[in-house]
Amino acid sequence: MSTTAIQSVPLGRRLKRFMADRPLIPLIILLVILVVILQILRPGIVNERWIANTIKFAIPLAILAGCQTMTMLTGGIDLSVGTVATMSAFIMATQVVNQDPAVAFLLAMMPAVLIGLVNGIGVGVFRVHPLIMTLGTSLIGTGCLQVYQRTVIASGAKIPDFLAWLGTGLTYGVPNALLLFVPLAALIVFTLSRTGFGRLLYAVGDNEHATRLSGVRYWQVISALYVISSVLAGITGLLYIGLIKAPSLSLAEPLVLPSVAAAVIGGTSIFGGRGGYTGTIIGALILTVLTTLLTILQMPEGARRILFGLIVLFVTAAYLRIVEER
Amino acid sequence: MTSTPLLDASGVAKNYGAVAALRNASLSVLPGEVHALMGANGAGKSTLVKILTGAVPASAGRILIRGEARDVRSPAAARRAGLLPVYQEPSLIPDLDVLSNLRLTGTPVEPFRAWVRELGIPDLDIRDTARDIPLAVLRVLDLARALAVEPDVLLLDEMTAALPANLAEKVLEVVRRQGDSGRAVIFISHRFVEISALCDRATVLRDGETVGVVDIVPGVEEKIVELMLGARIVKTHVAARGANQAAATAASRPRLGVRNLRFGTKLNDVSFDLADGEVAGVVALEGQGQDELFAALAGSIRPSAGAIEVDGQPVKFTHPIDAIRAGLAYVPGDRAEALAMQRSVRENIALPFSAALRNWGPINMRRERAKVVSAIERLRIDTRAQGEVQRLSGGNQQKVTIARWIAADARTILCFDPTRGIDVGTKQEIYKLLRELAGNGKSVLFYTSELEEVQRVCDRVIVIFGGRVVDIFPVEEADEPALMRAAYGLPRGAKADIGILADPHSSSPETSDSPGTTP
Repeated sequence: MSTTAIQSVPLGRRLKRFMADRPLIPLIILLVILVVILQILRPGIVNERWIANTIKFAIPLAILAGCQTMTMLTGGIDLSVGTVATMSAFIMATQVVNQDPAVAFLLAMMPAVLIGLVNGIGVGVFRVHPLIMTLGTSLIGTGCLQVYQRTVIASGAKIPDFLAWLGTGLTYGVPNALLLFVPLAALIVFTLSRTGFGRLLYAVGDNEHATRLSGVRYWQVISALYVISSVLAGITGLLYIGLIKAPSLSLAEPLVLPSVAAAVIGGTSIFGGRGGYTGTIIGALILTVLTTLLTILQMPEGARRILFGLIVLFVTAAYLRIVEER
Repeated sequence: MTSTPLLDASGVAKNYGAVAALRNASLSVLPGEVHALMGANGAGKSTLVKILTGAVPASAGRILIRGEARDVRSPAAARRAGLLPVYQEPSLIPDLDVLSNLRLTGTPVEPFRAWVRELGIPDLDIRDTARDIPLAVLRVLDLARALAVEPDVLLLDEMTAALPANLAEKVLEVVRRQGDSGRAVIFISHRFVEISALCDRATVLRDGETVGVVDIVPGVEEKIVELMLGARIVKTHVAARGANQAAATAASRPRLGVRNLRFGTKLNDVSFDLADGEVAGVVALEGQGQDELFAALAGSIRPSAGAIEVDGQPVKFTHPIDAIRAGLAYVPGDRAEALAMQRSVRENIALPFSAALRNWGPINMRRERAKVVSAIERLRIDTRAQGEVQRLSGGNQQKVTIARWIAADARTILCFDPTRGIDVGTKQEIYKLLRELAGNGKSVLFYTSELEEVQRVCDRVIVIFGGRVVDIFPVEEADEPALMRAAYGLPRGAKADIGILADPHSSSPETSDSPGTTP
């Protein structure tokens, strides 16, 4: 639809201007191109089931990438999301054996809130660099989880039916996870564009001194931000365990760096002040499709990773060139 | 005098793009003299100093050192030629100890130690890290480091600023003796008392040109002020504004009261009132404490002593939000300090609305739009490039920083040099706006580095020198010569023959006889 509109205008500057004004369009084009390549390499692979599957796997990545988007808008980053998601998933799966699901849920979300609060205070009050702060709490969290694992080794683990339904179930061919994701994504987009808090995230990332002169208390914004980020990561963990169905101590760790990559591909600047969540969602979809694409190429794991890294770098560089052309 | 000058610069010019920072500056320094370099803000002193010390290349001009043409292309070359500057900012690397700093510049240690003792610091440990040394001592160490290599020409930029009286005295003594040994000192200072006590001659710059070289004799400061002002010496008189009456009636309970405010060594004792419906000007040379005064009123720094009263109630500000709640809005001089450059005009103007925790929720877009649009219209901001503030012109950016507080309906606006570097048309609009605000019963505190603005905008002028209020003028007396004199700490109404040089207290650099405030 939009592609035909672009082709009708002369190429060159006007095309670039158009892309710069609507940064989502080049991302959507890239996504379509990747799907087309996939279809050419494996004719017939792109069907209803494949789409549902892709969406199911993209959603946890997209939510974690939402954490990165929001923290990156302030010039920060949240590397503890993987640990937080793993902790909540692991605690949920082990506590639900003996506890009421509601109690297990509360227990599972406790470390998320706690780690978020510590991150927020560390970054907002003590001005520790977010990279170091969240890396530190992430290591501490992993350590705590190992200690915790020994105390529950006897009781075993199980995946609550509801989470399995939410994580893997389909209703009329539509993944149930969208029931969680669509409202959540709408909420994040709304928060970023239409609430005072969202405005402050952009403004703090752009010029912290200016926000201070306008009366903004930095520590309040940052503390709230990292708590929100951690809670989102905790929810992702619950969704992810319903999808993977095998609790482990490194369940969501592999998602951390892709979540950063998804936000960057989606056009959020790691220096703060620039970006948005819709781009991030498409970034998460692009990464998921790319993973499938590389999986069917039947090349050794090492080569696949090399290719993955190269493509991420290339896509990000190309995208920034297109969008920042003035 | 027949001896060849140690340093002889003539016809020096420097262009930054289309802007001429220096047009035709000359400076000739004889052996054995202490030579003052003077000029109002923006006259080109710092540019000339940078050229002489090799920090920036000149666009044109000739520089002779001991009669030989030398092309001083780098600070190192200037050093080899015997020209050594001591700048206002400490130049020791903070993370190294003093000894390593000396080695870095190849400074001999023993002479350095001798000079440090001479300058009144007997107990310096050269193993101390520079970061842990107080600012005043660091400046003295910079001077000692320069003296230790025995330069032919020593260039001191506001050397005594930020020095306590005892250290300043030692420094001046050493500088004076430097002249006796056939070397020369170029001395940049805003303080006539120091210049009269120390210097032999003075070169005066105005608008990038050398406009005069004078011998320092009693009474010469009138002549220097004249030179610095040039054609603008013509006295202008404006009628007292109507707002003065309003101010007089409201004086019983001023909108803003500042009582004996102090901050470190920068603000020594500042008291004044600001009434509703008044624009009070603040005039000061660079670095006389005006930055700290505005920062304290804006809640950015906490004063070390004294009180701020709003509507008669004493207030303590711990964060800018406290000042904003009290109705004091600060517009910084540097636009980049106040704006989120990648965000839209609208978001920048609406920024204070979202600041408080209770306003973090959904934004009433229609109400916000109404407020923002009315502020944009009032300031006539050109919104063609409103998507990102960084694409606006400087004048429009400055308007956005003011519009923010118009939209927030602040009662008192603290404007720090709002017209710096913007076009003439926008300047006029800002003058008009400030008068309008006062007409609507708001109050404005207006620091300006351009003296001619004072009579266009202000009802009253507060002059600050060395961290003290030295005079408060009614606008009808605040012509440029009077302000310039006051800004240099010269008493009001001083005649040429009873200038500060004839003043018996002139030995103390702190002298700032304030002849009382306006009745």
